[in-house]
Amino acid sequence: MHGLINRTIENYLCDTYGRKFWCDVAGRLDAGFIDFEPMFQYDDALTPAVIDLAVQASQKPREALLEDLGTYLVTDPRAERVRRLLRFGGVDYVDFLHSLDDLHGRARLAVPDLNLPELEMTGLGDGSYSVACTSDLDGFGHVLVGLLRALADDYGALAVLDHQGRDGGREMISVQLLEKQFAQGRSFELATKAVAK
Amino acid sequence: MKTSAPVALDHSALDQLMPLHVLVDRHGLVRQVGPTLAKTQPATLMPGRSFFRLFELRRPSVVNSLEEVCAHAGAKVHLRLRDDARTPMVGSAVCLSGGNGVLLNLSFGISVVDAVARYGLAGSDFAPTDLTVEMLYLVEANSAAMEESSRLNTRLNGARVMAEAEASSDTLTGLKNRRVLDQVLKRLTGRKVDFTLMHLDLDFFKRVNDTMGHAAGDAVLQEVARALVDETREEDTVARVGGDEFVLVFDGIIEETRMTTIAARIIARLEVPIPYKDKVCRISASIGMVSSPHYALPTPSQMLEDADTALYRSKARGRGCFTMFHEDAGAGGAVK
Repeated sequence: MHGLINRTIENYLCDTYGRKFWCDVAGRLDAGFIDFEPMFQYDDALTPAVIDLAVQASQKPREALLEDLGTYLVTDPRAERVRRLLRFGGVDYVDFLHSLDDLHGRARLAVPDLNLPELEMTGLGDGSYSVACTSDLDGFGHVLVGLLRALADDYGALAVLDHQGRDGGREMISVQLLEKQFAQGRSFELATKAVAK
Repeated sequence: MKTSAPVALDHSALDQLMPLHVLVDRHGLVRQVGPTLAKTQPATLMPGRSFFRLFELRRPSVVNSLEEVCAHAGAKVHLRLRDDARTPMVGSAVCLSGGNGVLLNLSFGISVVDAVARYGLAGSDFAPTDLTVEMLYLVEANSAAMEESSRLNTRLNGARVMAEAEASSDTLTGLKNRRVLDQVLKRLTGRKVDFTLMHLDLDFFKRVNDTMGHAAGDAVLQEVARALVDETREEDTVARVGGDEFVLVFDGIIEETRMTTIAARIIARLEVPIPYKDKVCRISASIGMVSSPHYALPTPSQMLEDADTALYRSKARGRGCFTMFHEDAGAGGAVK
């Protein structure tokens, strides 16, 4: 698994439960280091091991922890970069949902060896969508539920999301869009001051 | 050749397809601008103003009339907005039939990142076929990746510097180790710099170790290291090459009188009793020296060997003394 993914999980746990919590998890992981290096590749087995240890230590259901991670990626100011890169996907929530199919390819444009889950969005009409998620990490669909729900807020849309379980090797998520522009979303400037300067 | 019938597009169709277009009439007056172009100068870029007062044409150059613009139709047009930022733009022009003016479709080209920030443009300001948003995504994703890379490089470099410092010093005394000594000697002989090599062996150190314990021995070695560093200059090298063996390299000093003074001073300093807990440790040192001008082509291994020979002459003489190695006389020369 790519270090960027592992480091993101580490950041989430640090920012949510504190540095000591993370050091305990890393200690029990016993991989010979404390912090993941974002630009390294790691053994695939480490990522689910970190999740399992975090679930134990936080005494939170695995699904809830993963969903919180997804929410964190969009709502926490310390993960602002992830939210920004996601928001480039579309001018509104529907446009964004349509860009999910490209997520895997988009990530690879920036970091060629970053292997994000493959997503496939299907419009079912009447504001209903289903998203199929193929990932190395079991339960990534729950991360996606948290992330898509938070992004609906971010765009100002009103949507109901649900994890529908597995269909073969894929996790299925349903999205019911109730209102496209329900509230004023968070602002998104295409070019940041830092880049513009 | 069959030509298809002209396509009529109304204003809203033009706005949708080309949000950065400008329509100029036969008098050179702006008749309509696309919604995104309008955002660049809402106050001044109004229909009815002269196109050439709003835009500065850069290439093809010396174009000041619509006829000339038409003459270059099909070519890439480079222009700048006549605003404070002089925003560069590129575009292509099409002449309308019947001499009814010119339609220009524009783009920010390579200056798009600045322009998007300056005018506060959003994804919806660009045509779906326009790759601006994808490009901005890439710029941002790429700079994020570069930032992580350079952070990694900084961390790795810090680790490298630390590892090098650890690898080059003796952990007990903090002096240089054999590895660094070899590098120094290689560098000095390679650059043909004159220097003197001093091989120093502690006398009576074994007795300290045996009678007072290894902790006392370690304390003595640390005190010896401090003394050797005190008695040498910054540019000299002091290395611990064995349990109680040291090699010192004096960069640029070859005069025998200077070296004998230094050697005598070091021995005197090391003979000062070293307090350890409630006792004192007494040691001394034997020294063998050799200077690089004694050789036509000095090599580290030959010099180390000769300094060693001189050192053993000192030991044989009864310790606590120094010997300068002379090639002609073997290990003879100056003695304490």
